[in-house]
Amino acid sequence: MDSALFWEIFFKSLILILVLLTGFAYTTYYERRTLARIQSRVGPNRAGPFGLLQPIADAVKLIFKEELIPGQAFKAVFILAPILTVVPAILITATVPWGGTVMIGERAVKLGVADINVGVLYIMSVASIAVYGVVLAGWSSNNKYAMMGGLRSTAQMISYELALGLSFVAVILLANSMKMTEIVEAQRGLPFFLLQPVGMIVFFFATLAELNRGPFDMPEAEQEISAGYNVEYSGMKFALFMMAEYTKMISISAITATIFFGGYLGPGVDAYPWLGPIYMFVKIFLILFMMIWVRASWPRIRYDRLMALGWKIMLPLSLALVFTTAIGILLADLFGGMWLWLIPVFSLISGAVAVQAINLSLRRKAYAR
Amino acid sequence: MMTIDLILFLILAVVAIATALGMLVSRNAVYSALFLVLNFATVAVFYLLLGAPFIALTQVTVYAGAIMVLFLFVIMLLGTDELPERKVLNWQKPMAIFLALVLMAEGVYLIFIQKSASGLINNAPGADFGSPQAIGDMLFNKYLLPFEVTSILLLVAMVGAIVLTGNMKGGQS
Repeated sequence: MDSALFWEIFFKSLILILVLLTGFAYTTYYERRTLARIQSRVGPNRAGPFGLLQPIADAVKLIFKEELIPGQAFKAVFILAPILTVVPAILITATVPWGGTVMIGERAVKLGVADINVGVLYIMSVASIAVYGVVLAGWSSNNKYAMMGGLRSTAQMISYELALGLSFVAVILLANSMKMTEIVEAQRGLPFFLLQPVGMIVFFFATLAELNRGPFDMPEAEQEISAGYNVEYSGMKFALFMMAEYTKMISISAITATIFFGGYLGPGVDAYPWLGPIYMFVKIFLILFMMIWVRASWPRIRYDRLMALGWKIMLPLSLALVFTTAIGILLADLFGGMWLWLIPVFSLISGAVAVQAINLSLRRKAYAR
Repeated sequence: MMTIDLILFLILAVVAIATALGMLVSRNAVYSALFLVLNFATVAVFYLLLGAPFIALTQVTVYAGAIMVLFLFVIMLLGTDELPERKVLNWQKPMAIFLALVLMAEGVYLIFIQKSASGLINNAPGADFGSPQAIGDMLFNKYLLPFEVTSILLLVAMVGAIVLTGNMKGGQS
């Protein structure tokens, strides 16, 4: 490896990490302002113009807070757990392409840290490692509530990982590749959310459950078991958990934008490659708004129903989507491209069946009462 | 380039052996499980060194990400964090030493005396060997029958677990 390539990758990673870490702070601000607007409040508006310095004030407050480590805790694991939560949240974006190829001076630079041939699988494996932070935080606190909360949200994350992985499979089938740039280029004709609309919705809800965000925000269910896996954490360690959550929000939005909304593609991006990151930013911004909007408007789902939804609705639905996508691609290969339109039709039909199944099961429960 | 590979391999080998030993020695079941996770991750890096990224990442996703989390679950739910005092199985230790010696002797014989292993090593696979396309091709064409049989075996195991743990509504206790 020549040294220029090393420095190129080094600086790209550095810039990505800096962007993510600044972005996470301003995602909290964005969320608080949006929630406030939805709930007819003002929101943070004191620190700086429009409250823009609020994230910095929060960071300073959390750094200067006292950090407690419970006497009975397993100390090494207790310290390790927040780190294990943050690192995957940052690593997961490594395979996301942020744009095409741009010229910096003489050198053609690809915008994106690592474009490996197993990009999608890399995302799955990093996401599955992220579970450890939660389960270890719950266990090492040596506290019944923390432990139950940790087990609960870990069970939730594992259950929804299946639906997440299977909706990735539909995208891999459509793009015929696991490489992220090839997935983006395959959407040049039409983005995959048009071809696989229900797949996009399943993916979105599975990621909400992975992120432990509303309406699946079990760790924040203060009414149920105080709070969950992070009860015993304070100060900067607590801030690390928050940081992981918001960094993951950005990463997941970037991944959703890449695999369903055409990533960096947009009008005029071929002539001006620097438009790529801007399109990405706009798409991420809109998906983040969707996440905040869902949190603001929907109540938390009960835990047994959450698991039932994951295993009895989402998993069969995503399996059906993979199956019908494969059939559509096979028919298109055999009889011509028009048959590709069977995929969205199948997709919408299976989505309607799933909604009807939810409806029926809810009605049955109402009768039983 | 070769020396960098060698240095990386040596470091990884030390980590792999140390984590495996840590798993055996540790008296706390959760720490044992964590050492095993680290060991799986090291093995995944070995696969990366061998130019098989697909298998490496599958190793992380399936073993470290799914199976070990379930292990941790069982350990935590059953509350068997701390092992009781060691119960000595008298025959176990000499047996283990004997078997390990046999394995080592076999390895030494094959590598240094018969030199048949070097023939295997020289048969370097092509550059495309570990790509997802190549693996999918192998799995669904050449090894289709074993693949399907394995999936049915796993399904049977899963159904069996559900039947064993589920509450019987048929009346039999």
